[in-house]
Order: sequence, then structure tokens, then C-alpha cells
Amino acid sequence: MADLQDIQVIDPGVDDSIAKLTPERIEQVINRVLTEESAARLQTYLETCVHCGLCADACQSYISRDKDPDFAPVAKVKDTLWEMVKRKGKVDGEFLHNAARIAFIDCGACRRCSMYCPFGIDISYLIMTVRRILNLLGVVPQYLQDTTNSHAATMNQMWVQQDDWIDTLMWQEEDAQAELAGTRIPLDKEGAEIMYSVIGPEPKILAQLIANMAIIFKVAGADWTMPSTDGWDNSNMAMYSGDFETMGRVERLHWERAMELKVKRVVMGECGHAYRGAVYDGPRWLGWTEPPIPMVHAVEFYYEMITSGRLKIVRKIEEPVTVQDPCNIVRGRGLHHKLRYVINALCEDFRDMEPRYEHNYCCQAGGGLINCGPPWKPSRMKSNRIKADQIRETGAHLVITPCHNCHSGIEDIIGYYKLGAHVNFISELLIKCIEIPQD
Amino acid sequence: MYDFIRGPLVWIAFLGFFGGMAYQLVTMARLARKDKVVYKTLELRYGLRSILHWVIPFAGVNMRKKPLYTVLSYAFHVCVLATPIFLLAHVVLWRASWGVSWWSLPDKVADGMTLVVIVACLFFIIRRLVRPEVRNVSYWSDFFIALLVMAPFVTGFAAHYQWFSYRGMLIAHIVSGALWLLLIPWTRLIHMMWFPFTRAYMGSEFGAVRHARDW
Repeated sequence: MADLQDIQVIDPGVDDSIAKLTPERIEQVINRVLTEESAARLQTYLETCVHCGLCADACQSYISRDKDPDFAPVAKVKDTLWEMVKRKGKVDGEFLHNAARIAFIDCGACRRCSMYCPFGIDISYLIMTVRRILNLLGVVPQYLQDTTNSHAATMNQMWVQQDDWIDTLMWQEEDAQAELAGTRIPLDKEGAEIMYSVIGPEPKILAQLIANMAIIFKVAGADWTMPSTDGWDNSNMAMYSGDFETMGRVERLHWERAMELKVKRVVMGECGHAYRGAVYDGPRWLGWTEPPIPMVHAVEFYYEMITSGRLKIVRKIEEPVTVQDPCNIVRGRGLHHKLRYVINALCEDFRDMEPRYEHNYCCQAGGGLINCGPPWKPSRMKSNRIKADQIRETGAHLVITPCHNCHSGIEDIIGYYKLGAHVNFISELLIKCIEIPQD
Repeated sequence: MYDFIRGPLVWIAFLGFFGGMAYQLVTMARLARKDKVVYKTLELRYGLRSILHWVIPFAGVNMRKKPLYTVLSYAFHVCVLATPIFLLAHVVLWRASWGVSWWSLPDKVADGMTLVVIVACLFFIIRRLVRPEVRNVSYWSDFFIALLVMAPFVTGFAAHYQWFSYRGMLIAHIVSGALWLLLIPWTRLIHMMWFPFTRAYMGSEFGAVRHARDW
């Protein structure tokens, strides 16, 4: 049983929307998604699950809440999808409120549980199906829906306007030049080797990261560019709110921009879900088997630059560090060894978390969770005590997170559980550690 | 009645089982086309890699975390599939009916395997009752399925040792066995057919698309 505090959270995006629904509408939407939008996967998964409960131990929320059976992945499916199927879509508002809490707050779609199911049932896909239903009913946590609205209206996640975007890049170019003369942020350079993609929060609240990256590109001698117009943001909260139409528009525009610039590849900044959206979910929705241009995540790019000697490490971080394996680039792309290579190159005292690699626990912030906003933060924190324990056990003071959601999520956990550590992206460490020749 | 059970009912059970499975397979193959990602994602190499890691005992992390469950579950699945096919009394029947014959299990071994099935089913049922995370997702149908799987083994064992009424036990054995076969395609027991497919799909998605391991 989720505790009362979590159940009683009032979210206008959820509760006000439910108040406007009719039983007919609910039934119609649920049945449409179950019969028309989904097919073999949904049906096979529903028929195959033997209710064995072996997925329970996979979930950080189940473990963190003292093995509360309601937080086992299978229970989350039971309390949402199984009931919708059983009742043939005839569910009430209270049920939907509960389903929204489970699908949007209690599951980060990290897919750890599908590695624990003997049948390989994609439980996260089942939860995403619930989110799809809720989205079509308009029942989405308000903060998350706001980011989706921003995507739909501005094609970026944070309502960044066109002039703000260019202005921010120029500002960061100047800042970077103060560090390293001659640094540029080349806009719309057709035929460049690399298009660099960032996510909405970077220009909005973490602009310094863009200057860091400009310096890194300059030192590495990379031929790179950024688009001056929409399509620069490939973060995608619509993918997590269940608004797949908007998700597809965002991804298509992003790839179209890269095609127009005729770049050879896209380097994606340190973000996991944006990578997932651009490499899998987007292309699949658009009917492509893979992206039109290869995309590499920042971790792969750094690895390449360090191993090839284009970035020279001249100083190392001395304090003990650990790393959060982001689901979308580790379970989702197998980058864990490259990630460790980069960290060991930069840090003297690297201490791994246990479990790690594909088996690392989710940050309980990705998958759209942190975007559901302050009303749900206490619940998120309670659902990831295990992460606090993991960090504490390493004794590290610095947690490296090559993913924006992990970054914010781990920061929250450090604050809530008073771990006295801090969080950095790899680029922030690179800037301190690489040789920056002043010519 | 005994004649019906011994003759037509067995035919009905086998036809129902194979027919039902074939129907489900064809229906699902069609549905998979509608689910656009399925065929595009499936890759033999990664599919087999995943299946291999999940049919070898203790090859996956979760299996190592739950040794008792792993041992019992493997023993159960081997015995539940092999015993009915290789039991001497059944092999004799295969030969009498269809003229085909194969190797059969020594009696003592078959007895042991039958007991393994019964004990494992009891374990599954008890686990369902005592483990909160399993009890929470258990429906009456889950208990029914476990009892259904157990029934032909209990009655067959009792008939073999002529406990209670031999004729009565034999009837119960054949009827429960037939019911079991007939229900496989329409209950969660169909996991016996879907297992390689769901595994291969997840293995392909993890291996080919996500460059990661799924065990």
C-alpha cells in the first residue's frame, strides 16, 4: 500500500482532468488503445505473465519501500492494465487517479525489471501503454504536461524562444572565449562533421554547459555546428507523457535539421532520455528502422577523443568519485565500459556502485518522473532510498552523472538523504582536467 | 463412459491442444505484423543468445539470487514435460494406438519425476500464499492452474500404485490430463509456447538495438 501522503497528492493535471471525463469516454479510449493501437506485444505479454512475482526485486521503488508488494513491477501492471482489460475499460475516476500515480510517478520506465522477468516481458512497455491511455484521456501530471505543451508549441522542452536561443549561444560563445581565445559556436555550418544537440534545460538553466562543450570541441579540433532554429532540442518529454504524436514531430524536426545541415553525425550532450528518443522511440514511431544519420552520445564522443589523444588529460580529480549508470545509455546502449574508461582517465579514486552496469538501479527521476514536479517529489524520494544507500556505501563525495535526469534526480536524493555529496556532468570534469592550449 | 474417456476424449484432447496452439500461433503471427516493430527488431543471433541465457540454470542474475526457486522451477519444467512423454505406461499406449515407439523411463525414475512435479506445484502454491509480492498478484485462476497441472500427476501416481479405486483414479487421470491439454492454449499455460518468442524479442531489442545484455 502506497502511503497516504502519496495517495493524497492532488495534481490538477490529473484530478481536474478526471473530473471532466465521462464513463463512455474513458471506456472508448481504453478500448481503442488496447485493441487498435496495440497488438502482438501487449497480448503476448498479458497472456504469458504467470504472476510469479520474480520481477519484484528488480525495482528500486519496491526495495526502497521495504518490499511493499504494491510497488513490485507486476503489481503496477495489475493495478492498471490488468484491471482495465478485466473491466473492459469500465473504470472510474478514482481508478484513473491511482493509475496515473502508478504509471507516471512509481515507474521510471528504466526497464530493469525486464531483465528479471524469465520471459523477458517488457513491463515498462506495459506501463507506457497505460501512460498512452491516460494521455489520450488528458490525465497527465500538470508539470509533465507543461513540458509536452512546450514541445508542441516551441519544439523545445522549456519554452525557449528563438531569439533567446541564439542570444544564449552568443553569450556562451563569449564566455567560452574568455577561457580560450578563438572559441566559436558555429551556427548552421553546412557540411560540418558534427551537429551538437542539447536539451532544453541547457540554454534555460545550465547554459555554462554549452560553453564548456564549445571549449572541448575547440581543443579537440572538431568540425562542429549547432542549428540556429528549431530542431536543436531533442529532449522529449512527450515520449514519456504518452503524446506520441508530439514526440514524433520533435524527433522528425531534429533529424530534418541535421539532414539540412548535411552533417556526418550528431553528437548528443549528456542526456539519456533524449538519446533514447532520437535513436529508438522517435525513429520507430516515424517508421524508420534507425536514425538517418548516426548519433553518438557524449560519453562515446569523449571516449573517442581521449583514446585518440585529441583531448589530453593533464590533471586528475583527486576526491573519491562514483558514477550513476543512466538507464538509457547503459541498459539502453551498453556504454558502461566506455563510461568507466572516461572516468578512470579523469579521476584518481573511482569507486563503483554495486550493482552496476545494466543492473544499476534507476535514478527515479528519468522516464518523466522528475518532470511531474514538486507535488510528487516526496514520493520519488521515498522510492529511491536504495540509491542513497548505494551512494553512501561508495564513500564518494562526487557522483558523476552523464544524464540530465540522473543529474537532477541524484541531486535530489543527496539533499533528501543528507549524503553530503555533489553531482557533476563529465564535461565539467573534462574542463578541469584537459590540457587547454592557449595559442 | 470409460470407453469414451479412453478413446475419443484423448483424441479430442490432442486435437484440441495442437489445434488451439496452431490457432494461437497463426493469430499472433498476424497480430505481430500490426505491431510494426516486432519483425523488424527480431534477430536470430540475439534472440538465441537470450534464450540460451534463460534456459541454462543460473545463467541469469535473478536465477542466482533465488537458488531454491531456480532449482525447483527447472526440475519442475523438465519433469512436467518429460514424464508424460517417456513414461513406460504411456509409451506402451503410443505404440498400441499409433505404432510409434521410443525410449522409456525406468519406473523408479518416473516415480521420482512425478514426485518432483507434485512437490514443485505445492511449493508454487505455498509460495503464492506466503510471499506478499506473489500473493498480491495471485488470482484464483493461478491456484487452479497449479492444481490442474498437478492433478494428472497425483492421479497417475495413485493409479499406478492402485491406491483407492484403480478405475476411478485412471478416469480422473485421463480426464484431468485431457483438461490440462485442452486448456494450455487458452490460459497462462500458453507461456510454454510464447516463452521463446518473448525471450527472443527482448533479447533482440537488448542485443541489436540497445547493445546490452538482458540477463
